[in-house]
Amino acid sequence: MSSATSVTTAPAAAPAPPTDQWYPLRRSAEAILAPLIALCAAAAIFSIFLLFLGASPSDFIDLVWRGAFGSWFSIQNTVQRASPLLLTALCVAIPGQLGLVIIGGEAAVVLGGLAATVAALPLVNTSPVIVWAAMAVAGSAMGAFWIGISGWLRAKLNVNEVIASLVLAYIGLALFNHFVEGVLRDPASLNKPSTYGIGDQNMLDTVPWLDVHPGLPVGILACVLCWVLIYRTSAGFASRVTGGNIRAAQLQGLPVTKLIMLACAIGGGCAGLAGAIEVAAEYGRANASLNAGYGYTGILIAFLARFNPLAIMPMAILLGGLGAAGGLLQRRMDLPDATIQVLQGLIFVSILASDTLYGRFRWFQPRGAA
Amino acid sequence: MPASTSFPNALSRRRLLQGTTGLAALSFAGQQANAAKDLVVGFIYVGPKDDYGYNQAHAEAAAMLKKMPGVKIVEEEKVPETDDVSKTMESMIKLDGATLLFPTSFGYFDPYMLKMAVKYKDIQFRHCGGLWTDKDPMNTGSYFGYIGMCQYLNGIAAAHATKTKKLGFIAAKPIPQVLINVNSFALGARSVDPTITTSVIFTGEWSMPVKEAEATNSLIGQGIDVVTCHVDGPKVIMETAERRGIYTCGYHADQSKLAPKGYLTGAEWNWITVYKQFLGDEQTGKPIPNFTRGGLAENFVKMSPYGPALSPAGRKNVDTVKAEIMKGGFSVFKGPLKDNKGNTVVAAGKAYPETAIELESCNYLVEGINGSIA
Repeated sequence: MSSATSVTTAPAAAPAPPTDQWYPLRRSAEAILAPLIALCAAAAIFSIFLLFLGASPSDFIDLVWRGAFGSWFSIQNTVQRASPLLLTALCVAIPGQLGLVIIGGEAAVVLGGLAATVAALPLVNTSPVIVWAAMAVAGSAMGAFWIGISGWLRAKLNVNEVIASLVLAYIGLALFNHFVEGVLRDPASLNKPSTYGIGDQNMLDTVPWLDVHPGLPVGILACVLCWVLIYRTSAGFASRVTGGNIRAAQLQGLPVTKLIMLACAIGGGCAGLAGAIEVAAEYGRANASLNAGYGYTGILIAFLARFNPLAIMPMAILLGGLGAAGGLLQRRMDLPDATIQVLQGLIFVSILASDTLYGRFRWFQPRGAA
Repeated sequence: MPASTSFPNALSRRRLLQGTTGLAALSFAGQQANAAKDLVVGFIYVGPKDDYGYNQAHAEAAAMLKKMPGVKIVEEEKVPETDDVSKTMESMIKLDGATLLFPTSFGYFDPYMLKMAVKYKDIQFRHCGGLWTDKDPMNTGSYFGYIGMCQYLNGIAAAHATKTKKLGFIAAKPIPQVLINVNSFALGARSVDPTITTSVIFTGEWSMPVKEAEATNSLIGQGIDVVTCHVDGPKVIMETAERRGIYTCGYHADQSKLAPKGYLTGAEWNWITVYKQFLGDEQTGKPIPNFTRGGLAENFVKMSPYGPALSPAGRKNVDTVKAEIMKGGFSVFKGPLKDNKGNTVVAAGKAYPETAIELESCNYLVEGINGSIA
């Protein structure tokens, strides 16, 4: 009885519980520091690796800096490489909120690009704005459909989405090749089978003052919108609950099936849009150049960003920068391209391992209430 | 107190400034020195430099060029056929001071190299693949080799080695360049023994080692005992064939190390001929040609040294035909010639030498080939 009375009286007697107003800030600091520590660890391990190869780690760091960020040209080089990756990382990160691992974004990119081209072809003589709108809609719809299949299989038939999306990626690529080298092929493209072109007048221009195509602003916008969707809407909250514990979510009456299909469709739509932009800004036609591995690099970035759409941006810049510096490293230090892959692998492993750092340090934890 | 706290900051900032200006001055001086002394030449490859194939053929020539005086070679491998290659070219121009660039992969030409050539008018771009036309910028150009004749000679060597009278060809994509090679190989074999058939498998990709190994095994299962190919890196095909104990004919580069027992001979690029000429022109101030093509006679391509498995009779036959080709005017595609569906593709009395424009749009497999295009 005494304990019961103390409980009932406590709120009245105690002052308002002290809110830890700095906690959100410290939580953000933790989210930034953990990957930074991981990066330093990866750099340290990689330096040892370089010493074994007889190369100088300080030269290496200097060249990475110069190749990735050291000049205006290098920054553009980095940002340009990062921009298609923003959208393809979202294709992994959004389904990732529900605990799904979608690894078939590559097919959404190439099929999105193909669908966008097909949609543009009858419209080439209208106006560029109509062409771009049609391409964006067709590309996203195709991507949404393709990744949506994996979501549907997961939600309705309980097929593992990792396997489904991977196998569908192979099927998607085969379909892409079939159409580009078959019925949709421009007979003039002899040794590099391609579809007909969308016309120079319909090509997207680069962003003013930056030698980067509009995939960058679109990608940034998409990341911000997806962040809002995930962290500031009830559907996003429901998705995160589902990702945390699917049984609990079902017991709460959340529409888990719908959420799964929706998340896959949105993610696929992003990747499809990436393909459409690549066609409209770079190639002007669909051909094997679209199959450049953006979908697969997107998986890496989404995991590095712990599926947070805002964190995708710095991680894409990081990998874009490594790609940009990779060339300079090959040329100046005579290192094979595989060296950069070793570094990427080390960064990936150490950032994933840094997940265990979260919650280890009391300083970052909420205070006062307890 | 304020002075003491700001002091370290000021120092580090000053140091940083000194450091960066020093660095900038250094790189500037480096560039100037390059401009004055060395001709900086950039090579860009789509795959690894040591792929025993397409890229290695270029890299081997680049390695020889490194010994030339007054030349500095910068190389970058595994550059995809996307905007990445534009940035690589630009990086070579801006950061390395390159003035002559060789983007060696087919897909680098349009739009990437053409766009860069418009942006950097003082830089010379030469692309491997024969795509240049006089509508393209004058600081760009193409060079390519006719390697079909070498595949014809491969076919002759294969015909002397085969016991099952069945040959295999593993090809990437059914495009004209590849089809010319497949047809030449089959025609070479049939020039020795018309009963020989060639089975072709298209993998669909320029580099897909898993499929290439599968294709090799599947062809061996069908009874072939000599295999050749047209993919970017023939490594796994040669290794798989050697392990299964059949004969091989190489492509792109010398693969005899991978198949010491079964390697008969091979069709190889000899890019050093082209590169030496271009670099010489650039050093002496002569304009580099915009369009160059050549075959065996021009030394643009060559045959691998014979392997131990090729009989003396086979060697003699290849040597004789090779001497014939070197004289010029030799045609592999001679009428009457039918495709494997029975349609006449070269009318009687007609002959297409390697330079014939008709071959540029080759879209058939000749009779005696098992397989189909898409």
